[in-house]
Amino acid sequence: MKEKLQKIKEEAVRNIEASADLSRLNDVRVAILGKKGELTAVLKSMKDLLPEERPAFGQLVNDIRADIERKLEEAKAALEEKELMLRLEQEVIDVTLPAKSNRIGHRHPNTIALEEVERIFIGMGYEVVEGPEVELDYYNFEALNIPANHPAKDEQDTFYVNEEIVLRTQTSPVQVRQMEKGKLPIRMIAPGRVFRSDEVDATHSPSFHQIEGLVIDRHITFADLKGTLEAFARELFGEETNVKFRPHHFPFTEPSAEVDVTCFKCGGKGCRFCKGSGWIEILGCGMVHPRVLRMSGIDPEEYSGFAFGMGLERIALLKYEIDDMRLLYENDERFLRQF
Amino acid sequence: MNTSFEWIKAMVPDLDVTEQEYMDAMTLSGTKVEGYRRLDADLDRIVVGEIVEIKPHPDADKLVVCQVDIGTGENIQIVTGATNLSKGDKAPVVLDGGRVAGGHDGSLTPGGVKIKKGKLRGVASAGMLCSIEELGASRDLYPEAPENGIYIFKEDVATGSDALSALGLRDAVFEYEVTSNRVDCFSVIGIAREAAATFQKELHTPVVTETGNAEHVQDYVKVTVKDTDLCARYVARAVKNIRLAPSPKWMQRRLAAQGIRPINNLVDITNYVMEEYGQPMHAYDLDTIAGKEIVVKRASKDETFVTLDGQERKLDESVLMICDAKKPVGIAGIMGGENSMITEGVQTMLLEAACFDGTNIRLSGKKIGLRTDASAIFEKGLDPNNAMEAMNRACQLIEELGAGEVVGGAIDVYPVKKEAGRIPFEPERYNRLLGTDITKEEMLSYFAPLSLSYDEASNEIIVPSFRQDLVCGADLAEEVARFFGYDNIPTTLPTGEATTGKLSFKLRIEQMARDVAEFCGFSQGMCYSFESPKVFDRLRLPADSKLREAVTICNPLGEDFSIMRTIPLHGMLTSLATNYNRRNKDVRLYELGNIYLPKQVPVTELPEERMQFTLGMYGEGDFYTLKGVVEEFFRKVGMQKKPLYEPDADRPYLHPGRQADIFYQGAAIGYIGEVHPTVAGHYGIKDRVYVAVLDMQEVVAHAGFDRKYQGIARFPASTRDISMVAPKTALAGEIERVFEEKGGPYLESYALFDIYEGKQIQSGFRSLAYSLVFRGKEKNLEEADLTKAMERILKALEEMGIELRKSS
Repeated sequence: MKEKLQKIKEEAVRNIEASADLSRLNDVRVAILGKKGELTAVLKSMKDLLPEERPAFGQLVNDIRADIERKLEEAKAALEEKELMLRLEQEVIDVTLPAKSNRIGHRHPNTIALEEVERIFIGMGYEVVEGPEVELDYYNFEALNIPANHPAKDEQDTFYVNEEIVLRTQTSPVQVRQMEKGKLPIRMIAPGRVFRSDEVDATHSPSFHQIEGLVIDRHITFADLKGTLEAFARELFGEETNVKFRPHHFPFTEPSAEVDVTCFKCGGKGCRFCKGSGWIEILGCGMVHPRVLRMSGIDPEEYSGFAFGMGLERIALLKYEIDDMRLLYENDERFLRQF
Repeated sequence: MNTSFEWIKAMVPDLDVTEQEYMDAMTLSGTKVEGYRRLDADLDRIVVGEIVEIKPHPDADKLVVCQVDIGTGENIQIVTGATNLSKGDKAPVVLDGGRVAGGHDGSLTPGGVKIKKGKLRGVASAGMLCSIEELGASRDLYPEAPENGIYIFKEDVATGSDALSALGLRDAVFEYEVTSNRVDCFSVIGIAREAAATFQKELHTPVVTETGNAEHVQDYVKVTVKDTDLCARYVARAVKNIRLAPSPKWMQRRLAAQGIRPINNLVDITNYVMEEYGQPMHAYDLDTIAGKEIVVKRASKDETFVTLDGQERKLDESVLMICDAKKPVGIAGIMGGENSMITEGVQTMLLEAACFDGTNIRLSGKKIGLRTDASAIFEKGLDPNNAMEAMNRACQLIEELGAGEVVGGAIDVYPVKKEAGRIPFEPERYNRLLGTDITKEEMLSYFAPLSLSYDEASNEIIVPSFRQDLVCGADLAEEVARFFGYDNIPTTLPTGEATTGKLSFKLRIEQMARDVAEFCGFSQGMCYSFESPKVFDRLRLPADSKLREAVTICNPLGEDFSIMRTIPLHGMLTSLATNYNRRNKDVRLYELGNIYLPKQVPVTELPEERMQFTLGMYGEGDFYTLKGVVEEFFRKVGMQKKPLYEPDADRPYLHPGRQADIFYQGAAIGYIGEVHPTVAGHYGIKDRVYVAVLDMQEVVAHAGFDRKYQGIARFPASTRDISMVAPKTALAGEIERVFEEKGGPYLESYALFDIYEGKQIQSGFRSLAYSLVFRGKEKNLEEADLTKAMERILKALEEMGIELRKSS
């Protein structure tokens, strides 16, 4: 009996080792350990033994069975590993094949530029506010120190609805509306659409966007204006950017300035982009005119402030090197998808 | 405004800077220089040559061979085709290796044209004799130059000397952007004053001497100003024995550098003074002035008048006229009349230097449709105190140039003299506004070169009348800042109370709209706010549609831009059509933009501006794709309730069977549909186009960012599928309403999983299959819970005439 068991075991080990795949291995398992398997048959024949022989024999059978089972497990693990390797080998794909597109849409370059600007000013504590696009002449001009028949009204090529109502030529009227609310201090930017009667060409559009900024508080200085816009320009155009303030004239600020930044194309050396000057004009600004403060119900003896305004398209065109303004209003998907 | 550098240097003699230095410094002190052009930029090695011999060319009939003395003691030989040369003539000669600016036809070559010695038809030529055009100038500015030929110096110039100096081309012309508040800087003196202050040099304005004979102008003419509100000052002088002649070269050269064409001594003098002082002047032939009387008064209604350009002009009572005893002789400040203009045979003239109301000149000019160099200056509003000085300067030049005999005295109608302004001197205040620490003395040192003097007794700054832009403390602070240097002002950040930076709720919802649209494949477009009223026809709006009532622009760029849009579809369809025509496939666009709804027509108050979220697409996807985007957006902005779709919306621009108005909680929030094929056709799109328009004002009213955790289901769900055959008139929305109303508390969700119409189904019917999911929040559902709910649903469906096929 013992010899027979030994033979079964030896054969089992041989068969296990000879199994080339999992199904063969399973056949081996069934042939030995299955209901009709050899070892099972041996176990069944135990009833023929003397009762006192049975425990020792039983022990022997169990040992052998455990041995075989362990061998089976080991062989199974090895075969599984082998099959996995094989599968992985067969599943190689060409990772350089084109991607399946999810076709996510794209934001308009104006909006991307606007959100950049908003992010910077929100970080500095500015609230984003809006005002009407069809605006009273009073807010667009008079309250900004541009009285009736002022030549500046002609300069801005205004669209009129009637004598009192215009399409706003600038976002500055939002300043006045905000100041009139009487809640101080003010730190705001007002982006929005503005209109001027310019014929459409590569650099002009009768409808475009501006971003207005206004800060009103006690002790606001021109130095604060410089510091704020310098911080803004560096954040928008990069740490290396230099900022130049040039005196200028706007009816609603005094002193007033125009602001140039170093050309981001050539870094200030002078190129075709900046017409050789090394500088690019990006915005106008100044200290809010005391008359404007007074008209909006703010005491210029107690409060001062600064305001600035910039053209959004100008920033978008410069930043993304778009050479024709008309592209911004054509809405060709091939254009939009580049942003 | 342009000035020649030479003219500025004549007034600021110590100015010793390069053109670039001048441009940079002037720009930083507030006189923005747009650019400059050196007149000799493309000219090199050009001297005065004297023709000592002219011989025919041996082999060419049209060429001559000249021996030219160029002052070196050795003559050079030049072959030329010019026919206007004679022995002894002096002409500009470009030597071997030199450059000229362009061809004799006036065409310019950037960088110039290099001239080398060579042979012309076998004869050596060591250079070139130049025409005025080859020197980059023109006969307009150098009227003495011949039409086709070499420029020949009429004046005495030294042989071999620099021809460019002799022609006034050793100069640069600066172009300035003068802001509208600085009327004084529309003059060479004004710019020179800024230059002197900027570079801290002395300013030398012309010294105007007394002029005139022993007679008095009052014996020649009488002046009455009737409308003094429009004419603050009227200065008149007379000149007799006029001798018209060309003006001297120095004056011609200066005018040429300013881009002004020399004509004759009188015209040139008035132009010269206009440039120098910024004061327009006008000359009348005194012999044409009836009654020897000038009356300044408004025109009468419907009056007509022929200006000196021969045009008949229509006037009205707002236009100011210069009249004589009988008739008008000029439109004040704009243009003189044909009837009184200076002509060849003029004997005696009346010279006028006046100060007219700028606004009136501007409005009159617009009304008449005439804008002249003079009116463009008057429009800015001149300083009346400048008029007399300019007049006397002109008379001085008339005497100097021998253009006539100036009659003694001047008529000066100047009822209210404009006095110098006074502004309290408050240095601390300026420092406080600027954030600087500039001393009082330093400030005064900036003011002095600007002719701003300090009255110590009253502690006031006295502002000359030509600086009408200086009115208050902030204005003086700017003068301080300009000359302290904007660059030198420190940079700080505002201190004070902290504020919260934020987007408004509306803007946050708009941002979410952009995000959702983009995630769903839509790119952002931007369209114009104004469009043509014809758009309404293209969109098939009925004649009585409320949407046809639009805000109208009274001075539009054209009919195509004449009304403010009341519906956003035209912009969207135009953009889609652009893409369609360019063969872009599967295009999806969105726009966030206002429509403008007038509260009444004609408009008397601001219209209502409503932000519209417009989605449009063609190509891949259908109505339900777009509907999915709309609902995705609603969920993202916290609108969790089920929106309702009302199919009988009757919007004429949409497919009658494929459109719906969208309601949320009873509020009309927008619409969705396939664009009517006729409308799509109007835009040239042959594909199906889907659009959705959401009114953001309504969205904002229902949106919110508050979220509450609902818990995750812990008990298992039970699913029941129902399949039914329903008449097509029974809309899915109605069936779903049955689920919602009858499903009871355990109905968690439902989903359509099959829809079929076709052969196996009776016509007019379709089969629909829904899967309903039930789940208890607090317990495991029992069979009875489900059965009860299903019975209610099935009963209600049967009542709608829906046949149930099976349920499981």
